[in-house]
Amino acid sequence: MMMYVLFGYFATVSILSGIFTIALKNPVHCGLSLLSLLLHVAGLFVLLNAEFLFAVQIIVYAGAILVLYLFVLMLLSLKTEEQYLHKKYPFFLFAGVAILGELLILVFQTPYGGAKGTATPEIVLQTGPSHAVGITMFSDYLLLFEIVGVFLLGAIIGAIVLAKTPTGPVPEPTGQRK
Amino acid sequence: MIPLSAYVALSAILFMTGLLGVLIRRNFIIVLMSVEIMLNAANINLVAFSHYLSSMAGQMAALFVIAIAAGEAAVGLAIIIVVFRGKIATNVDQINLLKW
Repeated sequence: MMMYVLFGYFATVSILSGIFTIALKNPVHCGLSLLSLLLHVAGLFVLLNAEFLFAVQIIVYAGAILVLYLFVLMLLSLKTEEQYLHKKYPFFLFAGVAILGELLILVFQTPYGGAKGTATPEIVLQTGPSHAVGITMFSDYLLLFEIVGVFLLGAIIGAIVLAKTPTGPVPEPTGQRK
Repeated sequence: MIPLSAYVALSAILFMTGLLGVLIRRNFIIVLMSVEIMLNAANINLVAFSHYLSSMAGQMAALFVIAIAAGEAAVGLAIIIVVFRGKIATNVDQINLLKW
């Protein structure tokens, strides 16, 4: 019973925060509702017995990525514009809601099944969730782990090179096609 | 026991919210935030299947998705800073330097 109440709370609040994130006018408010979405998705991870992912979600997403977004928002101090949606947004809204309805029909009609694995909650709880994640990550997924490390290094270098203050003569801005 | 379809439906709703955000918003930081919503929806899906099939594979994929999201946010925000500093544009529909 408690599970249903918690799931209902987390699901409702995360959907509402998602809608607020794309519907609010002020970008900082959008960032704050994204924070609420991330925290409630982390709560869903606890319901799904993924405690390690819960911690990672809070530390990396809510702690690092979202702060980066808010930092850039405040750095740029974008003005809140009157027209913050595209002109043709009712068309996209209609198409999105129609596709969503079709998706939901398909989701509830699908018979879910498949071969069960070995990591049942009892086995995982014998050593703890972090232990299970660590053992899996450094045995079966070691190559992927290394590739992600190289990817993150490339992303850091790319971000530094892009955002570096230009020292030479600043090129004239040429864009702004009318 | 909450049915698996409830989690998948929640994931579908969140994914469509993020997709709509990418399609209808003009501010490019909000567009990146909508991409984060979509990645989170995919994460819910992966973790739900991982739980209901008693396998660690879904959680691993979700961890890698989080790592990729961090890299994407860093590079995307760097591009946004460059675009904003060059006074090229403030909205996504005005960025057309690569169009010919």
